[in-house]
Amino acid sequence: MQFCVKKQNKTKTERKVKANDREYNEKFQYASNCIMTSKYNVLTFLPVNLFEQFQEVANTYFLFLLILQLIPQISSLSWFTTIVPLALVLSITAVKDATDDYFRHKSDNQVNNRQSRVLIRGSLQNEKWMNVRVGDIIKLENNQFVSADLLLLSSSEPHGLCYIETAELDGETNMKVRQSVSVTAELGDPNNLATFDGEVVCEPPNNKLDRFCGALCWRDKKYPLTNQNMLLRGCVLRNTEACYGLVIFAGPDTKLMQNSGRTKFKRTSIDRLMNTLVLWIFGFLVCMGVILAVGNAVWEKEVGSLFQSYLPWEPPVDNFLFSSFLSFWSYVIILNTVMPISLYVSVEVIRLGHSYFINWDRQMFCSQRNTAAEARTTTLNEELGQVEYIFSDKTGTLTQNIMSFNKCSINGQTYGTGNEQEHLPADRLDFTPFNSLADPDFSFYDDKLLELVKVGDPHAQEFFRLLSLCHTVMSEEKSEGELVYKAQSPDEGALVTAARNFGFVFRSRTPGTITTTEMGRTVTYSLLAILDFNNIRKRMSVIVRNPEGRIRLYCKGADTVLLERLHPSNQELMAVTSDHLNEYGADGLRTLALAFRDLSEEEWEVWSESHQFADKATDCREDRLAAAYDKIEQDMMLLGATAIEDKLQEGVPETIALLSLANIKVWVLTGDKQETAVNIGYSCKMLTDDMGEVFIIGGHTVQSVRQELRRARERMVEMSRGSSFPSPPSSFMDSISGEFGLVINGHSLAHALEADMELEFVSTACACKAVICCRVTPLQKAQVVELIKKYRKAVTLAVGDGANDVSMIKSAHIGVGISGQEGIQAVLASDYSFAQFRFLQRLLLVHGRWSYLRMCRFLCYFFYKNFAFTMVHFWFGFFCGFSAQTVYDQYFITLYNIVYTSLPVLAMGIFDQDVPEQRSLEYPKLYEPGQLNLLFNKKEFFICIAQGIYTSVVLFFVPYAVLSNSTQSNGVPLADYQTFAVTTATALVIVVSVQIALDTGFWTVINHVFVWGSLGSYFTIMFALHSQTLFRIFPNQFHFVGCAQSTLLKPVVWLTIALATAICVVPVLAFRFLKLDLKPQLSDTVRYTQLVLQKRRKPAGRSLGGSRLGTRGGSRRSGYAFAHQEGFGELITSGKNMRLSSLGLASFASRHSSSWIETLRRKKNPHTPPRLKVCNI
Amino acid sequence: MASSYKDEDGHISVKKPENTAFKQQRLPAWQPVLTAGTVLPAFFIIGLIFIPIGIGLYVTSNNIKEFEIDYTGLDPSSPCFNCSQNFSWNSTKPCTCSIPFYLEQPYESNVFMYYGLSNFYQNHRRYVKSRDDSQLNGNEESLRKPSKECEPYARHDNRPIAPCGAIANSMFNDTLELFYSDPNGTKTQIPLTATGIAWWTDKHVKFRNPGGNNDNLTAAFQGTTKPINWRRPAYELDSDPENNGFINEDFIVWMRTAALPTFRKLYRIIQRRNTMVPTLPRGNYTLEVVYNYPVRSFDGRKRMIFSTISWMGGKNPFLGIAYITVGSVCFLLGVILLFIHHKYDNRNNNPDISSN
Repeated sequence: MQFCVKKQNKTKTERKVKANDREYNEKFQYASNCIMTSKYNVLTFLPVNLFEQFQEVANTYFLFLLILQLIPQISSLSWFTTIVPLALVLSITAVKDATDDYFRHKSDNQVNNRQSRVLIRGSLQNEKWMNVRVGDIIKLENNQFVSADLLLLSSSEPHGLCYIETAELDGETNMKVRQSVSVTAELGDPNNLATFDGEVVCEPPNNKLDRFCGALCWRDKKYPLTNQNMLLRGCVLRNTEACYGLVIFAGPDTKLMQNSGRTKFKRTSIDRLMNTLVLWIFGFLVCMGVILAVGNAVWEKEVGSLFQSYLPWEPPVDNFLFSSFLSFWSYVIILNTVMPISLYVSVEVIRLGHSYFINWDRQMFCSQRNTAAEARTTTLNEELGQVEYIFSDKTGTLTQNIMSFNKCSINGQTYGTGNEQEHLPADRLDFTPFNSLADPDFSFYDDKLLELVKVGDPHAQEFFRLLSLCHTVMSEEKSEGELVYKAQSPDEGALVTAARNFGFVFRSRTPGTITTTEMGRTVTYSLLAILDFNNIRKRMSVIVRNPEGRIRLYCKGADTVLLERLHPSNQELMAVTSDHLNEYGADGLRTLALAFRDLSEEEWEVWSESHQFADKATDCREDRLAAAYDKIEQDMMLLGATAIEDKLQEGVPETIALLSLANIKVWVLTGDKQETAVNIGYSCKMLTDDMGEVFIIGGHTVQSVRQELRRARERMVEMSRGSSFPSPPSSFMDSISGEFGLVINGHSLAHALEADMELEFVSTACACKAVICCRVTPLQKAQVVELIKKYRKAVTLAVGDGANDVSMIKSAHIGVGISGQEGIQAVLASDYSFAQFRFLQRLLLVHGRWSYLRMCRFLCYFFYKNFAFTMVHFWFGFFCGFSAQTVYDQYFITLYNIVYTSLPVLAMGIFDQDVPEQRSLEYPKLYEPGQLNLLFNKKEFFICIAQGIYTSVVLFFVPYAVLSNSTQSNGVPLADYQTFAVTTATALVIVVSVQIALDTGFWTVINHVFVWGSLGSYFTIMFALHSQTLFRIFPNQFHFVGCAQSTLLKPVVWLTIALATAICVVPVLAFRFLKLDLKPQLSDTVRYTQLVLQKRRKPAGRSLGGSRLGTRGGSRRSGYAFAHQEGFGELITSGKNMRLSSLGLASFASRHSSSWIETLRRKKNPHTPPRLKVCNI
Repeated sequence: MASSYKDEDGHISVKKPENTAFKQQRLPAWQPVLTAGTVLPAFFIIGLIFIPIGIGLYVTSNNIKEFEIDYTGLDPSSPCFNCSQNFSWNSTKPCTCSIPFYLEQPYESNVFMYYGLSNFYQNHRRYVKSRDDSQLNGNEESLRKPSKECEPYARHDNRPIAPCGAIANSMFNDTLELFYSDPNGTKTQIPLTATGIAWWTDKHVKFRNPGGNNDNLTAAFQGTTKPINWRRPAYELDSDPENNGFINEDFIVWMRTAALPTFRKLYRIIQRRNTMVPTLPRGNYTLEVVYNYPVRSFDGRKRMIFSTISWMGGKNPFLGIAYITVGSVCFLLGVILLFIHHKYDNRNNNPDISSN
């Protein structure tokens, strides 16, 4: 174990770093690369940890009470009544903190001891990370973590380029390019670098990830440096063999560490309510204290002063005012049990129990991925029962992010028959005998198409030839026939794979050629041009020359765009294909239209020239290129259309339907395109054809967005007025009765989220049944969540699987991570994680609901039992001269909360169930009480308190009335203090036990053991404490010797206890019965029905679920489903980037959603660097 | 922070959770529901149990005879008026007064004689803790060095007080004697038993004299002083060695502090001698009081009470009445709830849950 030496870090306005000159850099005393995230070491642990713990208000409060108890004039209770529970709580927390810190030490050590290659005196040496100094030159190899903030000097790639993945920093999994300054890029090998003595002058350490400004001075020249030249700590080098960098910021100065703040601690609404209530209780405590202190003053003046012959005032307390002041504090000590420290501990224990139940749930276990659900945060469980809004990512969350080539239309004929579930595995086409290169994982269910290809139908062949040529997929052939495609979007991968299986195998490409195997024959096409995809064109084309020398343009694209560009002769085919496209769209499939055009040599040359001209243009290059592309993509011949299924995860539509029945609103926030998102919206039944209207907000300016929102609202009011009773437009939100959907685009959302429009947006969106935000950035996702949190005061849940969902997951009340294939970023940031979206229904409707119910019942009972316990002292105060004499034995006071009454209520808080789990899924309305916060709120709290106070009145005055004049059968009066104390305590324990028995709705063995065990332990412990043995050892500690026997053998005492119990319980019983009988809650009814059904021994219940989700909608939603990004065509043809094909392109394939954000931003504002959000800290 | 460096091999192999009833929350459980079938009979049963008990208690309590005399002497006409007025702690001559009274009913069986005090705060916190149980248990060290709790009655004249503390210091020290005036005019003293009035554990466990079985109590208390208000030291409380010192029963009874400011404590028992003759026949009696205990300064009252005892103790009308009342209310509630249930019940009328 080693510790980092902390160096004084004076705030400077700039930082100077000289390469390869440690002595020079030493002068500035820059921080070393050693990081320390741990908080304690062996010596500092105890003081620091205690100091931190006493910053908690509750702990300080109890410490304060403890100090009060040590003052003899005040001490109304022995010190151990407070110190035992306090020590317990402090030590549990300390152990937990110590364990956490141990792991931090371990991870710090591991990180600090990582090896890196440092250039020292001309040779590369292995150094631990912690020993890397500012000014060192480091060699990084592929897939290594960057150890400090480096200035990229040179790399193994041409032009000093290197690729990094910044997932650790900003959560984006796509690769980013960094380039060194051109002068250093040439340095290349270590020998040259060893002599490099450039000096960097730059900004001081800061936490801006996207900005760096500085300058490199070398050989009397100054080169500006930007963020483009920097490799930040936490990034991973990808697809680059090696690179060299100069350490600029090390250790705590790095941008990663500068960004590491403490994670925002999430609290539940019950937590907040509890804190308020604790404050109120404290106020109540002070009021009681004041009342009793005033009483004490009056008593001491009127009675106590006269009573001095028997009980003189002690010298320090010689007047009634001072006595009453002390009495106030004494009563604060006695009455503090209304809010005992065990409340916090018990709440944590219950939540921990609920978390384990989530972890243990087999029905939330995904066997395909061997992943069980995991409650990563144990403090939020009951909030799961109050969720009103769910924000879901699309890709990987609702969908599997697996595209399957499902159907196609070739020359007016449709092939392929729907989805997998409808088929036997035997129906699956077996391609291997026909094609040795086929991908065995590909499945298709229509042999007609294969036959068609086999017989050599020209249309079919041309169709698949197009698919094998027109794309930007890279291939990797590890051994002969073992092809791996690296597609940047899964759609493309699916299409090229389809072509591969149908005999048109894409083998490899070079910047100028594409090699395929067509029906077993290897063909090489020369690639003349790639007319790349962008969001406006919604299509891509390639122009190739086949071996025969014919030039042909192949184009695939959105049907809306492509069908406009067809040759007029295609009219008839177009009509048929269009019908097919409608059909596919209705099935929720992602469609593309395919077409080709033959080009003559002259046409090509003319166009090629204009293309080159446009390409070289400096201004409006993109517009010019688009115009050039547009010119040639005309008069095309239609080949057909493809339909790709974006496979939904299992059970998604059912889950969403169920959640919306439970009154939970589901919003989809996706980076995908509008059409894709809407398609998915329909296929998972968020949007339905029954909806009154689906509003699409796509305005680019503030005014247009505002106007669109206004129009949407007007329509809603109009339509709901038309359909149902007229309502005043003033309460806009409530007046909406119809079902509406809202789709909003990222760029419109940016305007809608501005301060002056956000309210308008919220009110519009919340009136809609379903909201889909598409093309949103990770930051916007978080903003939308924050907006709902701010205006709706509702509990929000965000669910996602990718790094781009991290911000949303962190800002929502509850973050759920889908542990999918997309890495663990989302899971690490989440509070709960599991493998399938459909588990959400179980998490919320079963676990969440129960957790909420249990927590509420626990809190109600807990406050009740402590008020019943404590307020007896208050009443007794009026009879003992307000002297802060306790009613009970001090041991009883110590043990009441820890032993006698803790376990039954814990058992209820952990195991209680009102209705069985299947019922809460069958009747989603059972979820509503949680959303409306009905089970524990201020009103319920006051009812509990009132019941507690009533019980305390009964518990004091019944024994008072009975015992004050009665005697035992041997003539000895019963009204002595000890008998009274034992009688009241026994009655109290019995009454609260009966009450917990009434409150417990689910009596498992554990409940029985705890309830009866607590009662048993009360009597056992009491007899032990009142035993002669203990008294003989400590006569001064156990005053109650013999009291238990002599009291509990008296029939009058038992008659008193029975009477008090009856008076306490009968009204509660009557009240509950009336409530159940006259105003039953849904859960009561379900529970009652359950009982009746059980008695009748009939199969119970009706199942909702599946039947609701039968038919598919019929409207046309053919979408251009081409999740693609522009720029790749250019990279391919330029040849600059061909290495990518042999390196890990996997990350491109897995996630593309964030790079279009870049694209979008670049377009919008080319000079502003993208705003990143640090997600990983 | 630590998580950001989590390695790829940080992947944990998760197994399918065990299929146990406990982990899957499927433990067999009893799920009680408050239905008319369970609640209403419960009310009737409680009513039917409580009312007879209440009647029994009430009758028993009414059969108990109790007689009470307030002898504080606040009223100038009272025989003890003089004594109550001229009180001083250190007067050597005891003040006596005698109060005549007439018993209208004969008292059968054993009669218990109590003294009662009012407005006397034996339950005050400072009063309650002002004792040293260790000293009272015969501990030699505590005898010499009383606990701090006893302050300001721990030491007097530089000698430890035994027994120390405010409770012991304020011990009730009136002497009550009872005389029966025969119809023919002769006055006979009624014998009062002074033992058997304390708890068994108090007498035999909690209170022990110092010096163990040493018969010479005077020697055992050597070096201590009597409580300030006492007239005699502890070792001279009674001539019977089994009732002297700390195990004097009057002292033990006093040391068992009362829960409420108005209380009674057992003083003496009048044993029944002859089954044929009532313990206290009806007729004239005289209560002779040696008035030592001042209560006037704090508006206290002193009473003398006779009472007979039944199986459930002394006279206690409250318990019987309370039982009858609670039983009747339960029964009535049962009837009302039954009526409401039949008239307004929602639950049975719409079994179709889904309509909710």
